[in-house]
Amino acid sequence: MDRLLYLLATGLARGAVFALFALSLVLIWRAARIVNFAQGAMAVVATYVAFAVTGLTGSYWLGLGSALLAGAAIGFAVERGVMRFAPQGSPFSGVIIAIGLVMVLQSALGILFGQQHRPMAVPFDERPIMIAGVPVFSPYDLFVLVVAVAVMAALALLFTRTSLGLQLRASAFAPEVSRLLGVRVSRMLTIGWMLSAAVASLAALLLVPTELGLNPHSTDMLFVYAFTVAVVGGLDSPPGALIGGLVVGLVISLVTGYLGSTVAPIAVLVLLVVVLLVRPGGIFAAREARTA
Amino acid sequence: MSDLLEIDRLVVGYGGAPVLHELSFSIPSGAVVGLLGANGAGKTTLMRAIAGLVAPRSGSVVFDGDVLDDVAVEDRARRGLAQVPEGRSVVAELTVDENLRLGALWRFRGAERERAIDEIYELFEPLARRRSSAGHQLSGGERQMLALGRALIARPRLLLLDEPSLGLAPLVVASILEVLRDTADRTGLTVLLAEQNVTSALSIADRGIVLGLGEIVADAPADTLAADSALRHAYLGF
Ligand SMILES: Nc1ncnc2c1ncn2[C@@H]1O[C@H](COP(=O)(O)OP(=O)(O)O)[C@@H](O)[C@H]1O
Ligand SMILES: [Mg+2]
Repeated sequence: MDRLLYLLATGLARGAVFALFALSLVLIWRAARIVNFAQGAMAVVATYVAFAVTGLTGSYWLGLGSALLAGAAIGFAVERGVMRFAPQGSPFSGVIIAIGLVMVLQSALGILFGQQHRPMAVPFDERPIMIAGVPVFSPYDLFVLVVAVAVMAALALLFTRTSLGLQLRASAFAPEVSRLLGVRVSRMLTIGWMLSAAVASLAALLLVPTELGLNPHSTDMLFVYAFTVAVVGGLDSPPGALIGGLVVGLVISLVTGYLGSTVAPIAVLVLLVVVLLVRPGGIFAAREARTA
Repeated sequence: MSDLLEIDRLVVGYGGAPVLHELSFSIPSGAVVGLLGANGAGKTTLMRAIAGLVAPRSGSVVFDGDVLDDVAVEDRARRGLAQVPEGRSVVAELTVDENLRLGALWRFRGAERERAIDEIYELFEPLARRRSSAGHQLSGGERQMLALGRALIARPRLLLLDEPSLGLAPLVVASILEVLRDTADRTGLTVLLAEQNVTSALSIADRGIVLGLGEIVADAPADTLAADSALRHAYLGF
């Protein structure tokens, strides 16, 4: 029982990161109807940029800012340079291009930086605060939670309260009608990729320091878990990504804490299979059919 | 009055034989023109070609003196060419307010935008009561009002309206077309109204163009068309 609070807190912090990353997958899915299997590789490239900037300047915050910018730039390059030319009509073309991109990006990182794990430092203590001899949460977990909640709130405001958000949503739901109304749909698609890749990069940057360190494959498990979250929550549903992220984070944390870390991926897999059997569209799949 | 829209030997097809055969006509500024013809005559194809949604094989669309061949759909909209597509195309996931706002975004900012939205609510009062309903919750008539209001909100110069009567009760159609006619008279809006429902179209149009299998079979003032029983029987089915 001693560790329950701590496992819950760590689970929430991790879950928030999964939720962020899953949200980034939902953003692209809604905008482009592509499950972006390259999202993890793109995010790890941005994390290397952050690592380099922090190494050069000594500032974690400059690194964080550059991860966001690099993420957006990579999103721009991938959409304008590659995905735009994916043949329309088959859902597989985008997936196959994305998998090709993963190989290219990860090999390029391997050639440039090698396969060794590079520890990343953070400006917050990763050891738990003790209250009455019981570990509660670590300052870094708290930081991660605050950042994730702030980013999600900002995204919610962007999408529901601003003109840009309205155009992003309309372009995703009804591209042809949006164009007839003067919306620059192709620009909205690019902005969607940029936002999504920036969010994914932030999630990677928050998670990698709590793992073994930075390596070209640092985000592989993050992608798998976040993909599970997105499927569990419903690929079309931002609230689904949020809640699914927290659930998967808690499951991993509790299973790891009580049963061991080798069981955690199995538990997540079981969760995925059960949800797909019960609700193939995800728990939060939209109930009304698309008519637009 | 000068011509706002000029269609010049337009040929459009979808792979096989062309659907529109060297179509040519023009519409002067301020006119309300009915585009009549049976199902499959090519009305929707013509409207989509004018809006830029399908590329013609040859010929051109000239709007206000400019050839539109290389102008993207969204830029045609920004030049004042609005289209309400067949089936109305209200964005089901957005609210009434958001649908309207979307139409006004590129045209107005701040207080001016809010005023433009309010004007549409005054024009179509039933919409005002449904501001925060999602598009998919609306009745057919409300959807048509919303689609039309959303097209009018940016104050276009030419409105392409594709089969507004489809699936609506005659009274609802009449009230919507009346608003359209009033708006055209008040603002000088030019309208091209595609309809199989010839009676309603001719009730507000100045002129009718009759399309039969991708060719113009008649082009005459509305009252002449309504009185020409041979033509009505041959192409308009009444
Ligand atoms: N997307 C399409 N692909 C192939 N053929 C089409 C398509 N749309 C319309 N057509 C054909 O073009 C012709 C004209 O159709 P349409 O423009 O919809 O006529 P209308 O609007 O007058 O009913 C019809 O023969 C129709 O089958
Ligand atoms: Mg039609």
